[in-house]
Amino acid sequence: MARKITYRQAISEALSQEMARDPTVIVMGEDNAGGMGSQGEKDAWGGVLGVTKGLYHQFPGRVLDTPISESAFIGAAVGAAACGMRPVAELMFIDFLGVCFDQIYNQAAKFKYMFGGKAKTPVVIRTMIGAGFRAAAQHSQCLYNIFAHVPGLKVVVPSTPYDAKGLLIQSIRDDDPVIFCEHKLLYPLEGDVPEESYVVPFGEAAVVCEGDDVTVVALGRMVHLAAQAADCLRKKGTHCEIIDPRTISPLDEDTILESVEKTGRLVVVDESNPRCSMASDIAGIVAQKAFRALRSPIEQVTAPHTPVPFSDVLEDMYIPSPAKIEAAVTRACEYR
Amino acid sequence: MGAIHKVTVPKWGLSMREGKVCGWLKEVGAPVTRGEELVEVESEKIVGPVEAAAGGVLRRRLAKELDVLPVGGLLGVIADADVPEAAIDAAVADFLANFSVEAAAAAETGPQPEKIEVGGRRLRYLKRGEGDDAVVLIHGFGGDLDNWLFNHEALAGQRSVYAIDLPGHGESTKDVGAGTLDELASAVAGFMDAVGVGSAHLVGHSLGGAVALKLAANEPRRVRSLVLLASAGLGPEIDAEYIEGFVTAANRNALKPHAARLFADASLVTRRLIDDLLKYKRLEGVDACLRTLSGRLLAGGRQAMVMRDELARLSQPVLVVWGGEDQIIPVSHASGLPSSVQVEVIPGKGHMVMMEAAGEVNRRINTFWG
Repeated sequence: MARKITYRQAISEALSQEMARDPTVIVMGEDNAGGMGSQGEKDAWGGVLGVTKGLYHQFPGRVLDTPISESAFIGAAVGAAACGMRPVAELMFIDFLGVCFDQIYNQAAKFKYMFGGKAKTPVVIRTMIGAGFRAAAQHSQCLYNIFAHVPGLKVVVPSTPYDAKGLLIQSIRDDDPVIFCEHKLLYPLEGDVPEESYVVPFGEAAVVCEGDDVTVVALGRMVHLAAQAADCLRKKGTHCEIIDPRTISPLDEDTILESVEKTGRLVVVDESNPRCSMASDIAGIVAQKAFRALRSPIEQVTAPHTPVPFSDVLEDMYIPSPAKIEAAVTRACEYR
Repeated sequence: MGAIHKVTVPKWGLSMREGKVCGWLKEVGAPVTRGEELVEVESEKIVGPVEAAAGGVLRRRLAKELDVLPVGGLLGVIADADVPEAAIDAAVADFLANFSVEAAAAAETGPQPEKIEVGGRRLRYLKRGEGDDAVVLIHGFGGDLDNWLFNHEALAGQRSVYAIDLPGHGESTKDVGAGTLDELASAVAGFMDAVGVGSAHLVGHSLGGAVALKLAANEPRRVRSLVLLASAGLGPEIDAEYIEGFVTAANRNALKPHAARLFADASLVTRRLIDDLLKYKRLEGVDACLRTLSGRLLAGGRQAMVMRDELARLSQPVLVVWGGEDQIIPVSHASGLPSSVQVEVIPGKGHMVMMEAAGEVNRRINTFWG
């Protein structure tokens, strides 16, 4: 896999290849094509950070601009999915999904169950997560946990260009509603990505690196910070096994449990706020199912229980750092 | 005074950044000959031997077991016995003072794979070395040009050596047509046309051996010699469970026991190797290609094309190499071949003999070519 492309290009390529393969795939969202009602140049923006740029001309009539009314267009996407389309709706920031909760967790997530399996809702909601963009409290959260709570939704948090492409293709082909969470700081990240289409299945964690001393489970951008911490730790003789769940619903419990059975120590790194989070969820699963393997208390490295600060200094302190991860691993290893 | 030769961490494949020292095979003070295995190094993918680039005496072992060094990092020093200790210390100090991980990685990057249009398909290949003699390395079922990581450079001394991805494999177009050996053999011939090679020495592993043999039978003038490694096409038996398991495995746990059968030493199969196989298997079109090939060539768990008669009719030199512990294609297929065929069985090694016994296989092939 010699070709390197960015996380942003990988997502765009997945959309383009799936649109070419399946005429029922459509893309919709704010400024996906060029601004609602604009008379001038179309394809000006390609979404707020340019992920869908170029698709408008490639697939005329299948890239739709929507009004700034999330509740309306997410509802439209869910309805279109129930009627046979495979819409990929882009909802800028996960922070805004609150205005369309009914459409997502009471409608899309329930159709298959309430209609006795006779309905399917193959909608994908692409949305940005994460702090570090100096975008303040309403545009920086990692709210994927909320969606993992709801049965009937699938929740994807890719950390690499390879996973972003393969998981988005799986999301589009999946018959259930998927919340696809893209970390805005990962868009420029480059990585090896095959030119062909391919699928990364849901519920299969990636083992990013192997180690015998500590299991570090990290999500999204945190995978890269954990890898930095692991590099420093390795020079000091501590070997981390980093696991990236890739999808948090479904969650690959087996890979995490097998690793903890081997290492006896767990550090969970989650950029979300700590209460009712993936960190606490994974810690709970391991505490219950691998209790006898544990040789130290489970460590959680998360954001604090505060909104994301606007101050640069405070925002940097808010996000888990390699130093904090390293400290947590060291605490776990030194526990007697 | 003889030269001082540095033994450094090689770069096996594009993604390799560092290597872990598994263990030294030679003591300090031991005489070594060129091509002899000195130390085993583990990349993310697999464990392989580092060979002496020159003869002499192993004078220094600078890396110890379990050390992790960047690509290009200094493992040890070879020099003649009469080179003074002080000169060796000075050379080591000089190396360490000037070593940069980035520069070493860039220098070690070497040639990159390319793609070429052949009969409506794009085939990926990697060329190493320059010379009038051309060599084509042909991997087996489900393999790719990376299968030759430990061989490609060692074989490329004075020759132009092309490792290719067969149709349906690696990064080549995922289309094997009807999936016959004729089709694959003509793809190899088409590749040779495309890169301007009239005739070549062919080295084929497993299914790639059968492809090479088929090409030699169909177009004898294009084949100067044949090296068949754990080759298909020399008998009907094959591990049907492996083929079925490899084709159908959809995740790591399903694939792992099958991949382990490729090696006599199953510990050589790393998680990364399995992950890379899965990444390949998940590419669009691969499943159909593997099913077409296995259905056509290995239906009912038997090899459909046994070409011992064709082999007997060839006038080119032929070398057959097998691992004594091959679990995929039995080593008995190396027996009873025409007396003109040179047969080498390497005991204790498995189906991926060119990886598991790289140094030995490289030496035997180079000697065979003369």
